[in-house]
Amino acid sequence: MSFSVAQIRKDFPIFERTVRDGKKLIYLDSGATSQKPTAVIEAESNFYRFHNSAAHRGVHQLAEEATDAYEGAREIVAKFLGSPGGASEIVFTKSATESLNLLAYAMGNAPFGNRFSLTSADRIVVTEMEHHSNLVPWQQLAARTGAELAWFGVTPNSRLDLSSIKDVITPNTKVVALTHQSNVLGTINPLAEIVTRAHEVGAVVILDACQSAPHMAIDVKTLGIDFLVFSGHKALGPTGIGVLWGRSELLDELPPFLFGGSMIEMVTMTTATWAPVPQKFEAGVPNMAQAVGLGAALEYLTQLGMNNVHAHELALTGYLLEKLKSIKEIRIVGPSNTDNRGSAVSFTLADIHPHDVGQFLDSQGIAVRTGQHCAWPLAKRMDVPASTRASLYLYNDESDCDVLIDGIIGAQRYFGRL
Amino acid sequence: MELDSLYQEVILDHYKHPQHKGLNPTFDAQVHHVNTSCGDEITLNINLEENLIKSLTWDGQGCSISQASVSMMADLLIGKTLQEAAVVVNSFSELMASKGTSAGDPEILEDAVSFAGVSKFPGRVKCALLGWMAFKDVAIQAQTK
Repeated sequence: MSFSVAQIRKDFPIFERTVRDGKKLIYLDSGATSQKPTAVIEAESNFYRFHNSAAHRGVHQLAEEATDAYEGAREIVAKFLGSPGGASEIVFTKSATESLNLLAYAMGNAPFGNRFSLTSADRIVVTEMEHHSNLVPWQQLAARTGAELAWFGVTPNSRLDLSSIKDVITPNTKVVALTHQSNVLGTINPLAEIVTRAHEVGAVVILDACQSAPHMAIDVKTLGIDFLVFSGHKALGPTGIGVLWGRSELLDELPPFLFGGSMIEMVTMTTATWAPVPQKFEAGVPNMAQAVGLGAALEYLTQLGMNNVHAHELALTGYLLEKLKSIKEIRIVGPSNTDNRGSAVSFTLADIHPHDVGQFLDSQGIAVRTGQHCAWPLAKRMDVPASTRASLYLYNDESDCDVLIDGIIGAQRYFGRL
Repeated sequence: MELDSLYQEVILDHYKHPQHKGLNPTFDAQVHHVNTSCGDEITLNINLEENLIKSLTWDGQGCSISQASVSMMADLLIGKTLQEAAVVVNSFSELMASKGTSAGDPEILEDAVSFAGVSKFPGRVKCALLGWMAFKDVAIQAQTK
């Protein structure tokens, strides 16, 4: 099918409203959270309207319908990721942040002899371009277990420095956690070399796909990774739903993190055994309506075709980068062309502070992100106290980029009286 | 334009020509405050003589609102007693909490009433308050020293 932004925008009710005294909404903050199509809003509200009941509990009709809807969403996610083991490899969490914490805490619970058990003899590897959610859980796990935290640095041209990969992923490395696409730089990381080296030393590779899964086709088998996380709300879905995918044999061996109802097999007053995956990781009544909403979101994306979404964003990112380059005193914080690059574009404008840039853009109806984007170490590494980020998605087009460019020039003029 | 109520000329002046910027090497207390949502930072040094604020110097980086605010605050508070300063700080905090309904008391706040417009922008109130919260902290630390 042909890719028509004008047609797509009609599916997103938020674009019917205006902002700041009647200005057209130019939404360039999808890297923080995406807008939602009617199909998602209705799937979520219809769950409450017609099927609401506790999944996996009770024998009544509503309980059956809720279970089917929830498990149906799991099937959709499995297909979306190309999960080789099907739906049982998909764990629903409340967010990607929770998915990463689940992994880190579960590993912390691993007893001696379990492949995930960590001691001071082991190493955890991350990168300097991680979002705090894929850094802090690991640094804290290292602190709790005594394991050593090591990381890949970032080169001045915004790429991972893999020049000494064997010195970073050492034979005692057990975990390599990294982002697929940087939420600040837009850099898409090369995985093959990292996965090969990690597996050579027996480490698992955990991929943070928050900024990639919504924007490009993902096949976990082809990527060769062991775990993947992403959040629903950045992929047109509701908030309150995240995904953890893992190879089934690994999920089997990983101890549970949250204990409670539904995740057990047998319970006595002093002991318990665990349900099979994925239930082992889903204690408590889950976020059913949100899972169903995510299912609708992924079906919407699949119908458009993830390759079409990606091609559209790639072309649009190229267009924006070229336009930005014509602006005086701009510094693009990230790759300046579209080679292995996604649609998050961060920049600075000499000494006009990003907060002030963002405020001016807002007055023009343009929503961008400003600050350090939950990646303080990266901001330090790139030597930018803060930056402004425009992130593009399937509902953006060249006219949005043009308005942004005018807005940036307007900000320079406005603060030019400094 | 609504934006002009935020970026008053006097605010941009202070941003361009910050007052009392550059840390006094000796001090009775020093604090470092960060706005975690945007990364703006302020280091603030205070020197007291008895109860009197002899000097208030700072260094920092951030947006025009946060930097101009601390600059204007230092101008206002130097030479006041801690009790007098507390009145000014409370008045400024109230103004920031007013959601655009207050113009501020020029008797107490002098030029700092120019921040009244900031209170209409909830996302920026923390920027304006950064230096003032640092002052509350540093004043307490200097007294308990």
